[in-house]
Amino acid sequence: MAKKDGIGARVLRREDKRFITGAGRYTDDIVLADQAYAAFVRSPYAYAKVNGIDATAAKAMPGVIDVLTGEQLVGDGIGNIICGWTVNSKDGTPMAMGQYRALEPETARYVGQAVAVVIAETQAQAQAAMEAVDVDWEEMPAVMDMEHAISGNAAQLHPEADKNIIFDWEIGNADDVDAALDSAAHVVELDITNNRLVPNALETRAAVATYNKAEDHYTLYTTSQNPHVARLVLSAFYQVAPEHKLRVIAPDVGGGFGSKIYIYPEEIACLWASMKTKRSVKWTSTRTEAFLTDAHGRDHITNAKMAFDADHKIIGFKVDTLANLGAYMSLFSSATPTYLYATLLSGQYNMPAIHANVRAVYTNTVPVDAYRGAGRPEATYLVERMMETAARELGVDATELRRKNFVQSFPHETPVIMTYDAGDFGATLDAAMDHADWKGFPARKAEAARRGKLRGIGMSCYIEACGIAPSQAVGSLGAGVGLWESAEVRVNPVGTFEILTGSHSHGQGHETTFAQLVSDRFGLPIENVAVIHGDTDKVQFGMGTYGSRSGAVGMSAIARALDKVEAKAKAIAAHQLEASVEDIIIEDGAVKVEGTNKQLLWHEVCLGAYTGHNLPEGMEPGLKEGSFYDPVNFTFPAGTYICEVEIDPATGVTDIVAFTAADDFGRVINPMIVEGQVHGGLAQGIGQALLEGTAYDDAGQLLSASFMDYTMPRADDLPSFAISTHETICPNNPLGMKGCGEAGAIGSPPAVINAITDAIDVRELSMPATPAKVWAAIQEAGVAEAAE
Amino acid sequence: MYETNYHRPTSTADAVAARNGAEEATYLAGGQTLIPTMKQRLAAPSDLVDLRHVPDLKGVCEDGDLIIIGAMTTHSEVNENDLVTSHVPVLADMAGRIGDPHVRAMGTIGGSVANNDPSADYPAALLGLGASIRTDKREIAAADFFEGMFATALDEGEMIISIAVPKTAHAGWSKFRNPASRYAMAGVLVAKTADGVRVAVTGAGSDGVFRHTAMEQALDADFSADALEGVDTPADDLLTDIHGSAAYRANLVNVMAKRAVANAQG
Repeated sequence: MAKKDGIGARVLRREDKRFITGAGRYTDDIVLADQAYAAFVRSPYAYAKVNGIDATAAKAMPGVIDVLTGEQLVGDGIGNIICGWTVNSKDGTPMAMGQYRALEPETARYVGQAVAVVIAETQAQAQAAMEAVDVDWEEMPAVMDMEHAISGNAAQLHPEADKNIIFDWEIGNADDVDAALDSAAHVVELDITNNRLVPNALETRAAVATYNKAEDHYTLYTTSQNPHVARLVLSAFYQVAPEHKLRVIAPDVGGGFGSKIYIYPEEIACLWASMKTKRSVKWTSTRTEAFLTDAHGRDHITNAKMAFDADHKIIGFKVDTLANLGAYMSLFSSATPTYLYATLLSGQYNMPAIHANVRAVYTNTVPVDAYRGAGRPEATYLVERMMETAARELGVDATELRRKNFVQSFPHETPVIMTYDAGDFGATLDAAMDHADWKGFPARKAEAARRGKLRGIGMSCYIEACGIAPSQAVGSLGAGVGLWESAEVRVNPVGTFEILTGSHSHGQGHETTFAQLVSDRFGLPIENVAVIHGDTDKVQFGMGTYGSRSGAVGMSAIARALDKVEAKAKAIAAHQLEASVEDIIIEDGAVKVEGTNKQLLWHEVCLGAYTGHNLPEGMEPGLKEGSFYDPVNFTFPAGTYICEVEIDPATGVTDIVAFTAADDFGRVINPMIVEGQVHGGLAQGIGQALLEGTAYDDAGQLLSASFMDYTMPRADDLPSFAISTHETICPNNPLGMKGCGEAGAIGSPPAVINAITDAIDVRELSMPATPAKVWAAIQEAGVAEAAE
Repeated sequence: MYETNYHRPTSTADAVAARNGAEEATYLAGGQTLIPTMKQRLAAPSDLVDLRHVPDLKGVCEDGDLIIIGAMTTHSEVNENDLVTSHVPVLADMAGRIGDPHVRAMGTIGGSVANNDPSADYPAALLGLGASIRTDKREIAAADFFEGMFATALDEGEMIISIAVPKTAHAGWSKFRNPASRYAMAGVLVAKTADGVRVAVTGAGSDGVFRHTAMEQALDADFSADALEGVDTPADDLLTDIHGSAAYRANLVNVMAKRAVANAQG
């Protein structure tokens, strides 16, 4: 039984009161006295030379303060946008990264790329002048298709990248896999596309930059998942402002999903423009700009072969992937299709040999980077589509094929450098099958057929790596940063707590969950705890929130800092109560000598720490502790998802009639918030599988650049989810947590597609499985008549 | 949004005068298409003449065999109006399924008809029911009014006053929504009229709303969904886009027509 407000309690989210009453304070809500507005001049072409920019007319328009170009930006020494993770090709050569500038002076490489910025007194004046900036464009044929891009027949988009290949990377042992394929009793082969997605956080990106001439100091308010990383990169690499003269504040942020990890051209340009114009400069992305400039997700095409022996054990898995990185390398674009992808190709299974080859490709599209799941959805989709297809081709039960190949003992080392520390894959499979009434499916299918509907069922047994990541390990793999997290716990003289965390909450509910740690340990009401994040002047440092790391890494740092607070408080109490420190316990807001009635109230101990009147010999006053926690391993959330669909053969419409999730996230702090994360993740995964299609035309225009054409999941697209959690405790962090933020988006797409292909009896079906596509597949397979 | 001048007339005469008094003026009805288009800077009228405060343009009345619906009557008013639900129930049903509650509370029949979006619902309803459009100058049969994508028979500055819809007891509507926009990808209205069965299709045609004469003949002979089995919808004149091929839309037209007939019978 969880303590009130403690670990395991379903505490209502404290932050929701301000969000649902309109009192949240987002970047666009920040209004500074001398605020001017930025409007970006963007390329209307996917690939075009900039032969000149004439801003004469624009500069003469009402309210225009200045028009700044890429040439000026480069001239001012503003650094190129970096990729934070170096990935080498298999021949040892470093990745071939092309120049990426915040404002491009020479060649635009995707529709929407910024080449200049107008600063004006009002937003309308800035927009009007933006349209008056005359750019002399020389359009060139766009390179859109990955196969074409690498064929040698396409234009080379960056001089560094021969045939537009950024790297040709591999992991695992090719010889072992080839031998397995040669000796296999059965080989399953699939060509699989993982569709490009547009993140579409509810709050679009925004920035307000201000330069204080008196102090020679900059402040940037921005929509960031990691304000300290933004400050580091803006200062050390882009040289817009020195790190000790730059404050980055990420106030309330309305969703990120990865897309707000990166430091984009617009944020850099606003900060630079604030110095150039000596004005505060604000930019808020329109939804159209969000479609055209936020880093997209996924976009792989893969050939995969899986080898089985006569006993249906997997003996080898060979994967050849083309990963579209778009026109430029975004901050973590190199890691996403390599170390966050191919290292998860073993799935939940014993696979003695795996080899993956990944070629990253430049095209004239929006840059692609990590998006909820980041590489792991792509890996899971491959593995689970392969397993389902294998079962169908081998004529065996798909659940039994999975169970037969499950990893059973831990720790388990895969051939792709991961060591799974704990799990019970059979338990989540059993739970999901039980909750989904797997056995009752044939009767439901028969009943649906009587109504003219095609009913299908599909599952997915996913595993992911969260809690990124041990700094030394990622450093050895090319990461430019460490992936620890920091926390500071300030206990005030009256006994209230301030938790300062390097994690950043943009929907995750940290203000509630993090405070539960204090409530649980000290028996204090949650109202006595403030959680502070998102401001580099307040929080010492932080690596931010992505990769489901705020629990396993961020909260571990808080737990470590709380250990130190607890130890010091106990030492003070032992001294004052004349007891041995080993006999001191803390419960219900009091510090007690166990087994006696001697106690101090919590605030008495805290006040004592600050008066310093009666402290143990040599102890410094105060009660403030910190921790930089570096994890020793990734964590491995895993589970089984089961999707049941009914398809109308007349229209191809898929109705998800049931969706069951059984997850192992390790220790759960707030079950309600975890359920919310699963719901959101499932909505995004189902969105990818059924709805979200990013479409470009041959000239590189984004056809799906608004909600009129890009199908976001809506409530009525989704069923009521049946979800449950099954804890195996992570042995490698103080709280035993694994992470839950991405599982839904990672595990669900293959379950949906496995269910649809089951219903309509086809082997392959690409995402999104729109009604038009499903109907066409039904016509091809000729199953419509069979149902009627 | 670009700068624009806003006019709020209270009579049709004042509205027409305001419209004709400016170079690039346009009427503003419910604003459910025009305002978003302006916000995206895709439309830049010099003047907006807001018709929402002209009393003559609102309300529903009965005129013999006709129901007269004021141009500025909202979709939700059409959906709930007693005269419409009693005498043209299919129109009430259709209006109640346009867009979402916000759109239905603001959007108007006149605005929708004047815009003639190729995926809008009203054009199919008016064509299928044999309605006519009454303007400040004349009365135009729906068949002559809808001239193609976003094109109508309206002259420059001509204002729709009302829509005259024949009372129709037996009619059905069915539409398939675009998964993203939720406009019709194929919407079919089937009506038994004095001149025989009429079938009108929106959302699917590459040149806007059209009558499906092959289906009309089949249904004249036998008003049942089965009668539509095997009736050909040529894909040549249908739209292909990122949401579906012409062949898929041809299938949707047939499926929606069958469901519309079933709704008309039900």
